[in-house]
Amino acid sequence: MGGYYGSKNKTMEQHVLLRDVDVPNIREIDVYLAHDGYAAWRKALTTMKPDDVIAVVKDSGLRGRGGAGFPTGVKWGFIPKDVFPRYVVVNGDESEAGTFKDHQIIDGNPHQLIEGILLTCYAVQANVAYVYLRGEFYEPAKTLQRAIDEAYARGFVGKNVLGSGFDVDIHIHLGAGAYICGEETALLSSLEGQLGQPRLRPPFPAVQGLYAKPTVINNVETLANVPPIVLHGAQWYRQFGTEKSPGTKIFCVSGRVKRPGNYELPLGKYTIRELIEMAGGTIDNRPVKGVLPAGSSAPILPASALDTKLDYESLQAAGSILGSASFVILDDTVNIVWAARKMVRFFKHESCGKCTPCREGTYWGLRLYDKILSGHGTREDIDMIAEVASQMSGKCFCLLGEFATSPMLSTIKHFREEYEAFIAAHQGGRRNGYDDELIREGVIDEAGNLIVGHVGQKTAHHL
Amino acid sequence: MAELVNLTIDGISVRVPKGTLVVDAAKSVGIDIPVFCYHPKLKPVGMCRMCLVDIGTPKIDPATRQVVRDEKGQPVIVFGPKLTTACTTPVSEGMVVRTATEQVRAAREDVLEFLLASHPLDCPICDKGGECPLQNLTMAHGPTVSRFDYDLKFHNDKHVPLGDLIFLDRERCIQCGRCVRFQSEIADDPVLQFHDRGRGMEIVTFSDPPFDSYFGGNTTDICPVGALTTADFRFKARPWELKTTPSLCTHCAVGCNLALNTRLETKTGGYEIKRVMPRQNEQVNEIWICDKGRYVHHFTRAEDRLHYPLIRQDGKLVETTWEQALRIAADRLERPSAILVGDRIANEDAFLIAQFAKAIGAALEQRPALPAHYADVARAVGIGSDADFKQLGAGDVILVVNGDVEEEAPVWFLRLRQAVVDRGAKLIVAHHRSTKMHRYAAAIHRYEVGQAAKWAASQRADWLQGARNVLIVFGDEHLDGSSARALAQTLANWLILGGFAGKPNSGLLPLYPHANTQGVFDMLEHATRPANETTDTLWLVGVGADEPAPRANFIIVQDILLTERAKRADLVLPALSFAEREGTFTSGDRRVQRFYRALPPLGEAKPDWWIVQEIARRFELPWRYEAPAQIFAAIAQQVPRYAELSYERISRVEPQWPPMGREDLYYGGTVYDNTGGLGARYAADAERSALSPYDVHVPEPTLAGLERTPRLLYRDGELIRRSAVLRAHIVAEPLTA
Ligand SMILES: Cc1cc2nc3c(=O)[nH]c(=O)nc-3n(C[C@H](O)[C@H](O)[C@H](O)COP(=O)(O)O)c2cc1C
Ligand code: SF4
Ligand code: SF4
Ligand code: SF4
Ligand code: FES
Repeated sequence: MGGYYGSKNKTMEQHVLLRDVDVPNIREIDVYLAHDGYAAWRKALTTMKPDDVIAVVKDSGLRGRGGAGFPTGVKWGFIPKDVFPRYVVVNGDESEAGTFKDHQIIDGNPHQLIEGILLTCYAVQANVAYVYLRGEFYEPAKTLQRAIDEAYARGFVGKNVLGSGFDVDIHIHLGAGAYICGEETALLSSLEGQLGQPRLRPPFPAVQGLYAKPTVINNVETLANVPPIVLHGAQWYRQFGTEKSPGTKIFCVSGRVKRPGNYELPLGKYTIRELIEMAGGTIDNRPVKGVLPAGSSAPILPASALDTKLDYESLQAAGSILGSASFVILDDTVNIVWAARKMVRFFKHESCGKCTPCREGTYWGLRLYDKILSGHGTREDIDMIAEVASQMSGKCFCLLGEFATSPMLSTIKHFREEYEAFIAAHQGGRRNGYDDELIREGVIDEAGNLIVGHVGQKTAHHL
Repeated sequence: MAELVNLTIDGISVRVPKGTLVVDAAKSVGIDIPVFCYHPKLKPVGMCRMCLVDIGTPKIDPATRQVVRDEKGQPVIVFGPKLTTACTTPVSEGMVVRTATEQVRAAREDVLEFLLASHPLDCPICDKGGECPLQNLTMAHGPTVSRFDYDLKFHNDKHVPLGDLIFLDRERCIQCGRCVRFQSEIADDPVLQFHDRGRGMEIVTFSDPPFDSYFGGNTTDICPVGALTTADFRFKARPWELKTTPSLCTHCAVGCNLALNTRLETKTGGYEIKRVMPRQNEQVNEIWICDKGRYVHHFTRAEDRLHYPLIRQDGKLVETTWEQALRIAADRLERPSAILVGDRIANEDAFLIAQFAKAIGAALEQRPALPAHYADVARAVGIGSDADFKQLGAGDVILVVNGDVEEEAPVWFLRLRQAVVDRGAKLIVAHHRSTKMHRYAAAIHRYEVGQAAKWAASQRADWLQGARNVLIVFGDEHLDGSSARALAQTLANWLILGGFAGKPNSGLLPLYPHANTQGVFDMLEHATRPANETTDTLWLVGVGADEPAPRANFIIVQDILLTERAKRADLVLPALSFAEREGTFTSGDRRVQRFYRALPPLGEAKPDWWIVQEIARRFELPWRYEAPAQIFAAIAQQVPRYAELSYERISRVEPQWPPMGREDLYYGGTVYDNTGGLGARYAADAERSALSPYDVHVPEPTLAGLERTPRLLYRDGELIRRSAVLRAHIVAEPLTA
């Protein structure tokens, strides 16, 4: 994994999360300590009861940054009384296309994450936390482990932390490369060493999570918000953002922009258009065709929606979601059929296979895009793609299958003419610019013919 | 009694116990919600999405926590934006379920179209065709055509051996996970798992040897498609060609109810068993059987089945007539005789043999001989006649002593394991070696080989006090007769002194060697007289090759096969196997059950009771029985414990839950259907009157016990050797301590 882009994008006077932009080397524990590091942790251990920590996080209105936007303090409150042990699990799977915010926190400001984890453990009285990182975060995992080791050495983590009598341990676990393992119940199964597939809910993780024990699971960015909230209070935090979407949020901007990277902004203050401007505008200043606000999982927004404000409610009103706020910007050079196929292919590759609509729907969705992109499509195939998507929607076991319908339904909704034009221009399997890619993927042969009769992988019956 | 919940399904009011799933609640009032991944014997997973229905619940006012009502006083029902899986949703008070809306209909069609689009639809050559839930549900709910391009279909491997007994067709698999869950939840041999993901997700086996389990055959029954097939049945017949006859398994004391599927074969000129399936009996085997019961049946059409009586002439066995054979037998039995009786023959046979032996003054013994040393004790303090394995759970103690439940009574292993693992009964295991049951034990006791009785005697008689029920399963591994009896008596005393004797779900459960050990004992009991070292005439009825027998001048072997023993006999009388005749067996827990004639007789072979009667008539015994039913009526008159039983009573069938088979679309064909009767237990002595404790003498173990080999499921024997599919599994080496 290379680096994340543009860690030096300065969008706030003082960052709450991307403090590595303001403070050089804050990843070092001494630098972190010199800038209020572990002050919230000390404050909690010496002056607050666990419930006080939950209360301040509740009051702050902090919402989960993993995608769903669920109020964090409320979630912590679901942990049943009197059931022990409890676990804190940190979701660092960060696998949504175009998302790289957790990466920068872990790399640039790891102690703030660790402090957030510790505060969460204290709040819900868990003595063990697991940080689940995507397998590709091999290097960031080392950085984080180094930071954890430092924190152990200084007595912030471990037995009887800071003489408080509270014991807490933090372990890192690397995933094996599955998007579905970012979904919280699949993550827990994976962490337990089982097949990475989502579990039935209820029971919810707060009641029966890791090893069937009460478990709080939060995103990396979510937890990085906790130390400043505990240190400065809920009112201080609410100076940023809106009533319903308080605080700051990291926006990952990628695609056809001049300065892709992470931009931390107060929620609800700016518009998508302003975000693109902060990212230097589009390459060659070409017109924006569409914006994917949450990678491949959110419905695409057409250029007409560029003045939508950047918060949970506004994006929902505009017909999409904020999700993990990974904004992929598409300009007019991007072929929407190609882009939609890329996303559908991603979901087909990442479907866990547990439920029928997602397993079969992503397969057939991709086959239809293969037909169209290889120049064998018909206008009916456009309708069939929409059919497949609606056949999936509302019926899947988990949200991955529902996400998978977004690129199909939303691109057809906003760009149907482009599909039709593409099909018309490539009638009868005429070669086009995508041949090399499709040959590489085994979709067409050298002569441009669709390869039919896809065969499974001939797995031995006995592994 | 569990708390009841009221709900409405398609306008019908339903009242079911709290915790019931919507799919089962609907089933209870005859509404079939289609399912693929759900199976009432397995935990729900909600994978296939076939059972989506519209579920609404009463609106609750958050302030008052009261149900909101409309102008007419009716509760306001809130339906979710999405459909819900009926197989994962428990009922709740006031719930309204709609299974017949357009949205639900369309959802079923959508899911089915997806399943079929990746399915090979090779029904014409599929073993499941004709009893396939996917076929059935497609007919009921599916689209008539697929809108997907056939050429773009996904193909996958066929004929993948998951082991030597089960084959997997990866194209037909609909990824329902029933097989995976059966292996981990029921059999606790978690040897199957999904591998990879998405459209590439497929079943693999993880054990070495592959698919290593005594219960694997059951996965082919519950697989909702023809993805899993047995090496024994695949491509052998179409389900609709098969005749189904209720039967019983003869291989252990459980008494599993079987359905024998037979077909007329022109090639071999007669009916053959093509397949053995479980027959539903929730009291006995639910819907499971072990692989031995499923695959051993080939002996019924073995090449060396006996068709005619044989007589030794000039050192060779040659065919003879019944007339001559019976006359010779009768002549010979005029002299001092001993009769040995195996424990696989029916109660009716054993009853007549006992009467006959008494009448002519012959010695009479049961084989194997060991169980006769303790069968009276097991019967006296046996589990209650109404005992129900499903009720064993929290508060109960299950004690397993000196027995290997999975090897000796596989289906009891499944049932007892569930009582412990799923329902919280406390398991205590005592044995000289480790068994699979040890996995679930709360406490483990060990002793030297052969010292089970001594170990038992060293426990305080009141050590099980405080339990709600105490069920004691015991075996005779490495014990001689006196030790086995001492063990049984000591265990019985714990129950008697602890006040457990006579309680329905408490008692002894003996791990007998075969299906009718108890019944043969009951019939022979008062006619038994030990044989001398030598005798003039020896008559062996269904006795195994390795059983000790007295020396004799003339040996009559009555058997179904030309066994090693028959080959050395002077006279061989051909008997019909359990599949060619009817009769009753008494299981290890004293359930008397019927088996029926599935195959026509073979050559001149006759049922054992007929042969005995014909010989007896030559001694002027006035028997004129035409059928086992008449003999059973005589048993009921003359064997007091059987007095309440009759063919009418044990043939009775009541509706069972969950409903399986019949017109039911979920579970395919009709073979599970129990038309043959659920059987009935006769009362344990302790249920009739209070028992006083036994006076126990614990002997020093003798070599006789130590030399015996443990009773492993796939131990070598005349029957298992004749099953080509199981032959490779025969355990030649005895298990050592
Ligand atoms: C298919 C799918 C993938 C997800 N991937 C991630 C992920 O990579 N990282 C993440 O933090 N949350 C991910 N989530 C969201 C988690 O399920 C869960 O909501 C989140 O970890 C809760 O933390 P939060 O409340 O702090 O956001 C994903 C959800 C789904 C349905
Ligand atoms: S929607 Fe179904 S197949 Fe897709 S990832 Fe979720 S559980 Fe797996
Ligand atoms: S093999 Fe059969 S039971 Fe197993 S997952 Fe496939 S369809 Fe289901
Ligand atoms: S458990 Fe016993 S009775 Fe049942 S099938 Fe197996 S051997 Fe036969
Ligand atoms: S999801 Fe309910 S039966 Fe499969």
